[in-house]
Amino acid sequence: MSDKIVKGLNITKEYNGVPVVKNIDFWVKKNQFLTILGPSGCGKTTTLRMIAGFETPTTGQLFFEGKDITNTPPYMRQINTVFQKYALFPHMNIYENIAFGLRINKLNEKEIASKVSKMLELVNLSGFEKRSIHSLSGGQQQRIAIARALVNEPKVLLLDEPLGALDLKLRKEMQIELKNMQRELGITFVYVTHDQEEALTMSDKIIIMNHGEIQQIGSPTDIYNEPENAFVADFIGESNILEGIMIRDYLVQFAERDFTCVDKGFGDNTPIEVVIRPEDIKLVAPEEGLLKGIVKSVVFKGVHYEMLVKEADRTWMIHSTTMEQEGTHVGLMLTPDDIHIMSKEG
Amino acid sequence: MLKKLASGPYLFWIAMFIIVPILMILFFSMVTVESDGSYTFTVSNYVRAFDPIYVTVLLRSLKIAVQATLICLVLGYPMAMILAKMDPRYRTTAVMLFVVPMWMNFLLRTYAWMTILGKNGVLNGILSFFGLPQMTFLYSEGAVLLGMVYNFLPFMVLPIYTVLMKMDKSLIEAAEDLGGNKKTVFTKVVLPLSLPGILSGVSMVFMPAVSTFVISNLLYGGQYMLVGNLIEQQFLVVNDWHFGSAVAMILMLLILVSMAVMNKLGGSGVEEKGVNLW
Amino acid sequence: MVNKFIRRFYTFLIFGFLYAPIAVLAVFSFNDSKSTAKWEGFTLDWYQSLFSNNYIMKSLYYTVLVALIASVVATIIGTFAAFGLFYMKSWKQKAILNVNSIPILNPDIVTGVSLMTLFVALNVNLGLLTMIIAHVTFCIPYVVLSVLPKLKQMPGEMLEAALDLGATPWYAFKKVIFPEIKPGIITGALIAFTLSIDDFVISFFTTGNGVSNLSIAIYSMARRGIKPEINALSTLMFLTVLVLMLILNKRTKIEEI
Repeated sequence: MSDKIVKGLNITKEYNGVPVVKNIDFWVKKNQFLTILGPSGCGKTTTLRMIAGFETPTTGQLFFEGKDITNTPPYMRQINTVFQKYALFPHMNIYENIAFGLRINKLNEKEIASKVSKMLELVNLSGFEKRSIHSLSGGQQQRIAIARALVNEPKVLLLDEPLGALDLKLRKEMQIELKNMQRELGITFVYVTHDQEEALTMSDKIIIMNHGEIQQIGSPTDIYNEPENAFVADFIGESNILEGIMIRDYLVQFAERDFTCVDKGFGDNTPIEVVIRPEDIKLVAPEEGLLKGIVKSVVFKGVHYEMLVKEADRTWMIHSTTMEQEGTHVGLMLTPDDIHIMSKEG
Repeated sequence: MLKKLASGPYLFWIAMFIIVPILMILFFSMVTVESDGSYTFTVSNYVRAFDPIYVTVLLRSLKIAVQATLICLVLGYPMAMILAKMDPRYRTTAVMLFVVPMWMNFLLRTYAWMTILGKNGVLNGILSFFGLPQMTFLYSEGAVLLGMVYNFLPFMVLPIYTVLMKMDKSLIEAAEDLGGNKKTVFTKVVLPLSLPGILSGVSMVFMPAVSTFVISNLLYGGQYMLVGNLIEQQFLVVNDWHFGSAVAMILMLLILVSMAVMNKLGGSGVEEKGVNLW
Repeated sequence: MVNKFIRRFYTFLIFGFLYAPIAVLAVFSFNDSKSTAKWEGFTLDWYQSLFSNNYIMKSLYYTVLVALIASVVATIIGTFAAFGLFYMKSWKQKAILNVNSIPILNPDIVTGVSLMTLFVALNVNLGLLTMIIAHVTFCIPYVVLSVLPKLKQMPGEMLEAALDLGATPWYAFKKVIFPEIKPGIITGALIAFTLSIDDFVISFFTTGNGVSNLSIAIYSMARRGIKPEINALSTLMFLTVLVLMLILNKRTKIEEI
């Protein structure tokens, strides 16, 4: 038996003939923390809603533990969702909200009470049973929404931008808590977000989507270090992306110079794009650098300085823990593994 | 599923009892029945509606409805302002007392005027008490107009009152602060801001006034007085449903056109009533 | 000071205008004569003859019966309709709501004659059934318009959340959607009930067979001249409305505190 708990095959979703998700294939492994990442309107939420059963794919098939669930209604799926705006039932207190799914499964009151209190403990809100939804802060409501979904012991938990409405500090805390919960409970999480940092810190695997298509699937490190195209590189972190030509294997030309690199197999004299991470560029004395430029601006970003360096007609973004004054002449230093080659889009 | 099933009975109902009936009178208005029972399409029913006798009826309906609307506006606007400015302690009770007569049966309210204006009514009783000659108040255009104003005045006051209540008081203070005297504040700030309420009130008075046949039947008598009477007579007395349907279609068109004009004038208040045909 | 006096005087005049006819009816309902011009002494005869008037009593029964049935049916159909409309595509919803507003916009007389034409064409005898159908027809739009906003005010994805937690659509409607929109349903039902109680024009065209409601009874009696029983009826109805409004007013005041 395969350990792929959810699998999508050639899935397309159209609204009034306009495709929102275009022929995508994906799978989620058991106990995996999978994140679907992309800008708004990229089709990530639609994909999640199809897994939950709120939308039916226009074409394609969806499998859950090997069984076709393409047309199974949401209430017949062992999948639960944490909604972006929590979707807690306002006329029920916290206890009744969490007990909702248990009551449908006709558990007796004693079992319900014990499960609810265990869940409240898990989300650190013990003793909140009788409180009304309106008396809770956004962060607390989010925890109740998570408890309500988890109490049904789903095999897969779907989370639709669950931290989007929280402030930065709370978001960081919740990221760690969610990750811990997922490890402890051993439940598969499918997480949708537009925040690349969130995706990188929490996920085992990331699917990057844009315009309804999958751009790249891989582990956070793969995606960060080896973006497959300029969109991914740009979306995953601020990068320097340049037009270039692959002269032959291991030799690339950009910025009017030839550089040795570690990539091969693009074909001789092929136009490509080059991605260089801002933190990979080292600033050295002008005469030591491969390229020469002038520092145009310096901004302190908390842990590092972000500097813009003007070189010929290009501007390079450089992250460094040491600072150069504006107006300083500097040299830019690159090693072969700092240079990432991508085939051109389209 | 349920989402789709839920509106099923409703969709059937509105198709069957709203759309089909209107299509039927539209059809009836455009045909005549031949001697062998078959239908022929014709415009004669509509042409007949423009006979001078009927044009007079239509124009009279419009005239009385416009008069009733204007009188309600002139009487109602100050009343709405007074209610809006009233001490909150008395206001709820005052508004309630204002609404109570409106909740009483429409026919009883009209009937009340019959007992006052009638030949042996209260007014003539008072006149004879002072030894004055008897007069006929009932069965006149004036009586119909009075009946309309009496019945529909609350429809004018309430929407204007609501708008005035919702109005941001600081706007009036700002206008006063900027040196506007009472008259300028009213004409430049209060009146324009209450326009949605006025439009809503105007349409709520004009529409029932232009289409009524009850008030005219009771306070004027059973003649072809207003469009409403004409339609009623054609359907229930004369039995010419084709001509009756044509007049009904004309009345419907008239109402829809005046609604459209109201909405163009910026009547968001009209929309609040759930009217979004345009 | 002058201003205040004018305001009071004007209020007095308008309220006088509104209440004078009702007061006249009330006073003469106790008059020991058919006349409404001269006071001839106190009597309760008219009240007695009102309650022994078969026609009026039967009409009262039909009025209440029709209002109860029509408001219940309209509320059920209208509530489910609003639920279905809420989840419909927006252009479809708009188109249907336009049809929905036809009975609200259209003069009652046009609605009345068009329904009558339909019933006659279908060979249905005009009577209680046709009157109830007509009342349901003009009540449904108001129910839809009072329930739909409540659905729109509902926090997002309520239905999805319930389905996600294992609720069947029907269970989700009963346990999640219904409690949220209950105030709108009650408002809609009350509007439907009062509209039905008060209706004359549409009932007038869609009934027959000796079935009439109170409005029709008053109309046909009034057309034949002054009837002191109607004065008595008016007085009783006015008092009913007044008491109801006072209770309602008290209750809202208590809730405000």
